[in-house]
Amino acid sequence: MGTTDKYDAIIAGAGHNGLTTACYLQKAGLKTLVVEKNDYVGGAAVSRELHKGWTYSNCSYVCSLLRQEIVRDLELPRFGLQVIPYEGNVTLAPGGEYFGAYGNHDAYRREMERFSVKDADAYDRFSRIIMRQCRFIRPFLLRTAPDPTSLKPRDLGELLFMIKRMWDLGRREIDETLRFWTMSIGDMLDEHFETDLIKAGTAGSGIIGTGLGVYSPGTAYVLLHHYMGDVDGSVGAWGFARGGMGAITRALAAAFTEAGGEIRCGSGVAEIRVSGGRATGVLLDNGDSFQAPVVASNMDVKRTMLKHVGREHLPAAFAKAVENFKIRGSSGKINIALDRLPTSDTLPDNGKLFCGDYSCTESLRHLEKAYDEWKDGYWSSQPYFDMLIPSKIDPTMAPPGKHMMTVFTQYAPYDLNVDGVRSPDNWNEETRAAFAKSIFDRLECVMPDIRDCVVHAEVRTPLDIEREVGLTEGNIFQGELTFDQLLFNRPVPGYAQYDTPVDGLYIVGSSSHPGGGVMAAPGANAAREILRRKGLGRRMPKLASRWEE
Amino acid sequence: MTRPNTPDTLVSVKIGMIDTPFQPMLEPLSESQAWYSWAGYKSATSFRNVDLEYFAIRNQATVFDISPMCKYRINGPDALRVMDRLVVRDMKKVRAGRVAYVMWCDEDGMVIDDGTAFRFAEDEYVLFCQERTYKWLCEIAWGFDVTVQDWQSALCGLAVQGPCAFSVLKDAGFASIEDMKPFDLRQVEPGLWISRTGYTGDLGYEIVTFPDHAPPLWHRLREAGQRWGLIPIGYEALDIARIEAGFLAPGRDFQPSHKVSRLHRGRTPFELGFGWMVDLSTGHFNGRRALLEHAAKGPRYNLVRLDIEGDAPAGNAYVYAGKSFAGHVRSAAWSPTFKRNIALADLKAPWGKSRKKGLWAEIYVEQEGVWQKRNARTRVVEGPFMNIPRARMTPPQAY
Repeated sequence: MGTTDKYDAIIAGAGHNGLTTACYLQKAGLKTLVVEKNDYVGGAAVSRELHKGWTYSNCSYVCSLLRQEIVRDLELPRFGLQVIPYEGNVTLAPGGEYFGAYGNHDAYRREMERFSVKDADAYDRFSRIIMRQCRFIRPFLLRTAPDPTSLKPRDLGELLFMIKRMWDLGRREIDETLRFWTMSIGDMLDEHFETDLIKAGTAGSGIIGTGLGVYSPGTAYVLLHHYMGDVDGSVGAWGFARGGMGAITRALAAAFTEAGGEIRCGSGVAEIRVSGGRATGVLLDNGDSFQAPVVASNMDVKRTMLKHVGREHLPAAFAKAVENFKIRGSSGKINIALDRLPTSDTLPDNGKLFCGDYSCTESLRHLEKAYDEWKDGYWSSQPYFDMLIPSKIDPTMAPPGKHMMTVFTQYAPYDLNVDGVRSPDNWNEETRAAFAKSIFDRLECVMPDIRDCVVHAEVRTPLDIEREVGLTEGNIFQGELTFDQLLFNRPVPGYAQYDTPVDGLYIVGSSSHPGGGVMAAPGANAAREILRRKGLGRRMPKLASRWEE
Repeated sequence: MTRPNTPDTLVSVKIGMIDTPFQPMLEPLSESQAWYSWAGYKSATSFRNVDLEYFAIRNQATVFDISPMCKYRINGPDALRVMDRLVVRDMKKVRAGRVAYVMWCDEDGMVIDDGTAFRFAEDEYVLFCQERTYKWLCEIAWGFDVTVQDWQSALCGLAVQGPCAFSVLKDAGFASIEDMKPFDLRQVEPGLWISRTGYTGDLGYEIVTFPDHAPPLWHRLREAGQRWGLIPIGYEALDIARIEAGFLAPGRDFQPSHKVSRLHRGRTPFELGFGWMVDLSTGHFNGRRALLEHAAKGPRYNLVRLDIEGDAPAGNAYVYAGKSFAGHVRSAAWSPTFKRNIALADLKAPWGKSRKKGLWAEIYVEQEGVWQKRNARTRVVEGPFMNIPRARMTPPQAY
């Protein structure tokens, strides 16, 4: 038994994209309901106090891609959102060497010259290439990808925009761009640099969150995906949301409810109701059902279409394409409450200058080997990690003098291999503890007293991420960011404009263009498409800049 | 104080910038070694990186040396009468132990300067401001039973600003300020005053003391600040914060009337958006007669807050209404916290007040050797750009 209420639109999932879509639909005058399976909003952008006094951004942990245009338009700072940039990253080699990426350009250059004068020179050229690609791609983030097979004026217009931008690059740069979008980050770095540690330190952004190795084609684009964001116009900069990543979704939820929207937490969608090829509403796990002519799913495309929509409503080719959508879990995470800052004997001033990421790796070869283990179904014995201590600059994350540490680690398989059998069911207390031990062992190589500093730790395997957040296989991007799954191919060809074969059912999460990262662009783009199809396109504010960056 | 030149004391005045009492402690902390002259004192433009310093104002705690401000002590039985004669505001409403933001005008009603009046006691004020104004004060006080003293180098001060500002001061041994409300002023130790004031719009305090107290005060703050991310900041970061807060900078947002040689550069408090401060009902103050006329005629200009399309700061941009020239931008910044492109602009009346539609700013952006022109739509913002509840909470939050 449950209630039945009517809405103009229902959003399944209160992640940052779902909430963004919800805000724009509600503000356009649609009576909008957001339903969320967890007892709290946020999806993968949450702040949780799992140990008293400490706040964990326990899934996504840093912010750069979040579109400033959306933050501004929805006035999220008014609802408490503050994004604080950090600077100073460091790559620690277990042997004792380190490579510091300083915010100050001259210092960065001097640091590179410690290893190679040639690399220091190469860096400026490498940055220029990345910058050129960022400049090329950024205007597409807040636009709907054109359907290249369509003759509709809008698609032709978008296609022309794309062709014109390509054309403006010139012959040589078009070649370079196509190469860049398809090549591996390993090959690209080998072309520019000679120092192993510099290459390894830079390569991390090319593999984070993907089921790819540093020498897998397509990873150069993944690096670009991590560089194309900005904090206040400083392209490539990253920051923390003050109070953890949950500050983003809390602000979105507050903006939505202030506009009159309604959020129901604590019961997820059991079924998306379809009748006569049209979405008609949702049935929740608790038996409540709600009707609406628009259902927008913040869940990934695989979960939405294969678990919550009856197979009979889907064309076979579409269902097959969704089944084939690559969404592989490759990463895990440990969130740690620290009693004090761990010591890194090999870092000057105990790393005081480095408030950003710490990674631990030594060469591309090591990174590729870590990937090989994952392919076989094991976690990497010498994992890559991306570690940050947000409390170094955000005073709200831990009690004074104490610290909070987030360790993103790669690679970890979803279907763990135990004695030759691969299955997610192999993740249990025992394997999780062994996984955590392997990460702490690695951390200990560069921070010998790390274990003594731990007050509390939360270990998250890909399976945990899937169970808690709902991301299929624990893939943080809601689907691999490879060229076969980008732009008009995301999530699947023919359905890249947030729509599905079920009328009125939309995919508004990161499975859609332009993909993952806490960007909110898919959510905003999807809202625009939904409103346009309802003849309310004029009610969607124009977010994209009128000027070339 | 006079220093006659005799054969025994034959020295020239110092050429170049001089140090504040805090400079010996601040100088070694500067990585960028970027200094500018503030009233002849060596002041920091930045210490390391403007962005990080700005974000420390809105996220952690910062310290800024305000010693170069002009400081004048007005002391004696007639102190209140002199203050009421000087400023446009009714000073009778400002009790001892309070601070008031004030403006003072010339005979034509044009603003000479703005500043903060600290009422240390019933009959004692210290006026903090940007422009040297000792002679003017003496003229205003002539015939009254007060002494006016130039305390420029007699007092020094630090502004401690940011969400953790209270926590820093508490850990530094000033926990008693917990119940202080905005604009409260208190002597917390012999020779050391703290006010809950600032130039950032965030939670913050200003500490005023005598120069020989400066080193121990500094070390206390540094020690306590370690757990709260306290860093020294320079003017560039502060300038972004003050534009967000909507505070005026003399010389930028208005021309102090005693400093300009060209005619008609002055502005009345009404024209600067501070009509609320002018109390025409309580008898004479300097410039009142002229301000009565201005109040009747209405403002000639309006200094307004603008929210501008895009993210390119509109510094010095011309503002147009349709095809006609409406005024210029005075101060402008991209607001990193509020994600808005904000500006203070001086517009010809009635633009900005009764006519607000159709305004746009002409902004030029340099892009690797090529200038791009942007005609950016602008919107007049009523009320402040920022509204941070923590700035006003009493007792303040820990962060």
